Amino acid sequence: MTSSMLKATIKKASQGFRLDPDQALHLYEKADLLTLGRLAHTARFRHNPHPVATYAVDRNINYTNICESGCAFCAFYREKEDTEAYVMDRDTLNGKCDETLELGGTQILYQGGLNPDLDLRWHEQQVAFMKSKGLHVHGYSPPEIVFMAREEGLSIHDVIQRLKKAGLGSIPGGGAEILVDRVRQKISPNKASTSQWIEVMQSAHDLGLKTTATMMFGHVETLKERILHLSAIRELQDKTGGFTAFIPWPYQPGKNTLSGKAAGGTTYLRTLAISRIFLDNVPHVQSSWVTQGHHIGQIALHFGADDMGSTMIEENVVASAGVRNAMNQAEIIRLIETAGFKAVQRDTLYRPVGTVAKAAP
Amino acid sequence: MTKWSPILKQKSKATVHGLRLKTDLMKLLKSISKFLPDVVLDRITDPAIQAVGEKLISHERLTPEDGLACFNTKDLIGLGQIASAVKQSRYGDKAFFISNHHLNYTNVCENKCRFCAFHRAPGSKDAYTYSPEEAARKIAQSPVADLREIHIVGGCHPHLDLDYYTDLLETLIRAKPSLKLKAFTAVEIDHIATKAGISSLDCLKRLKDAGLSAMPGGGAEVFSERVREALFPRKIPADRWLEIHGEAHSLDIGTNATLLFGHMETIEERVLHLFRLREQQDLTEGFKAFIALPFHPENTPLAHLPGPTGVDILKTIATARLILDNIPHIKAYWVMLGLKLTQTALHFGADDLEGTIVKERIAHQAGAATAPGLTRNRLVEMIQEAGLLPEQRDTFHRPIQES
Repeated sequence: MTSSMLKATIKKASQGFRLDPDQALHLYEKADLLTLGRLAHTARFRHNPHPVATYAVDRNINYTNICESGCAFCAFYREKEDTEAYVMDRDTLNGKCDETLELGGTQILYQGGLNPDLDLRWHEQQVAFMKSKGLHVHGYSPPEIVFMAREEGLSIHDVIQRLKKAGLGSIPGGGAEILVDRVRQKISPNKASTSQWIEVMQSAHDLGLKTTATMMFGHVETLKERILHLSAIRELQDKTGGFTAFIPWPYQPGKNTLSGKAAGGTTYLRTLAISRIFLDNVPHVQSSWVTQGHHIGQIALHFGADDMGSTMIEENVVASAGVRNAMNQAEIIRLIETAGFKAVQRDTLYRPVGTVAKAAP
Repeated sequence: MTKWSPILKQKSKATVHGLRLKTDLMKLLKSISKFLPDVVLDRITDPAIQAVGEKLISHERLTPEDGLACFNTKDLIGLGQIASAVKQSRYGDKAFFISNHHLNYTNVCENKCRFCAFHRAPGSKDAYTYSPEEAARKIAQSPVADLREIHIVGGCHPHLDLDYYTDLLETLIRAKPSLKLKAFTAVEIDHIATKAGISSLDCLKRLKDAGLSAMPGGGAEVFSERVREALFPRKIPADRWLEIHGEAHSLDIGTNATLLFGHMETIEERVLHLFRLREQQDLTEGFKAFIALPFHPENTPLAHLPGPTGVDILKTIATARLILDNIPHIKAYWVMLGLKLTQTALHFGADDLEGTIVKERIAHQAGAATAPGLTRNRLVEMIQEAGLLPEQRDTFHRPIQES
């Protein structure tokens, strides 16, 4: 490829035209960091024209750490016999919900391991309980739903329908990792395949549930495979329009079996930027302060992100891989405002939550 | 609007048009238009930043008002693009580092600055002072295979005399003659000279004879009497700090300069600080590098402050690159920035990331979350991942020929 082709691609992107995967790959490989940042920031304002950056106050609840998936990059899962293995009981769940409400939280990010002892009935009861407390349940990433369908002998569609009926409000986009089966075979062979992940999201969208999408990069995949991942998301979004946000984050090596190094700050910002540029049909892109820390987490707001994610009152999964970044609401607001934006608290569906919700008795 | 000191304005004018100017401006203000094409300049969204870019393209020096515009802009990318163009016009895609070892010979200090978590009172339980022999042993055990420089900084110890310092330098050089010693901030020089009852110029001469090759830039903090009174009243004021660096320059001792930011200083005070450095450099031309040091609050009396944000740190580095048109190198000090931000800063005007360091103590006492040192390989990897070309340098910023 020549530099004139790069120039043409930059021009095309800056005018807001859709890039095909080859062009995106070329841009991702060749453009300098700040050119990508400029294009991504421009795209960000195309989707979110106001100088506002949003955040959510939520609690991440991991209902069990027993998981039969055994992914190579994960430091969170335990065998059932392990002394640290747990399944969260109702009292603990209740306490965590109350704390979330006290801190002005609106949602629970509810995820856990693939635990064969927990049936769909149990899940329905837990979801209904959280919903009855007035909390939005953003729960069950696609691998969990695929697992339940298999255990119960139901279709993916029927599992989602039942959870929705019990009170599930939306589905998080975790477990996507890289949506290329060559990569999945290497890092998470026991987890939902690319087509199953897509099927969960498509079914959820068809049933009227909004979802997010993620990408965990920086392990065994190629740059081209990252772009293929983005293509899979964009293609489904063209059909359904059900993704609210995209969240790329780098694999965190630590206490897991897949070794290697974490992608650096510039790789993260470049990947965030190309995601914003390429995903011209996904409204929001989140910064991952949990993996990047406060500095890069904030700078991300100038490289395509329009949302700081959430305060994550609890984040067990990343913390167990050795990364610990704490954040409270005051700090998230300070970071947004000193980056030059107005901070607005939002709910899972990106509607502003403000003084009204907090003032309510 | 800010009240700029009339002295500053007068001096700025004098240095641009006057005869005392040592700096060859036309040589320094290299053409950046190649690195800042119209297509980039046109997309900068802040007109004030665009104007800064146009000024630099036409070889104009920035004013304090331009500096303020840089800090106040919401177009972080635009500011970075201009700073990066200046960096590229000088060094292309290179990023420099050195194989060095930090040695803090004592943590005993009578200055008790409020932003510091390193100092200890004499006789306190974890106070320490190395003898010259101990210091030499530490360096002999350094894990850095191709060690080139020792960076030597310590507290203002009430009982050490000039002989200790000359002995320290001589012992280190004797142990490994190929090493270059970058030693003692202006604050220590003032302290050593005062205790010895000699002038700082004579003190510098004595230390140079003993093996001093260069001086680090610490102790400048913020050139503001208001901040000094509040945070470091016992430390030398700005004029004295600059005077000592000027004296070092007159003896051909290259020095660095710093700014400790993100505590209680205003943006105006930061800009003023940068302009005072630029003026000094116009006169004496011995500053080799500038380092913006983000304040780390942990374990200091200012622990309630949050410390500067990532955006603020990038803006400070980029603005320094633009204002300090006569200081060749801008460092991204990885110890205080963290590795992710350091990589990013190399795209916001910085060209150097200090070195292997081995065992950093001062920032780590104040809660820096980085490793105490990095291997040469890790530094190289980090630079390459950022899309840049690693280049090892010596104390005098000359490239090292790879064997």
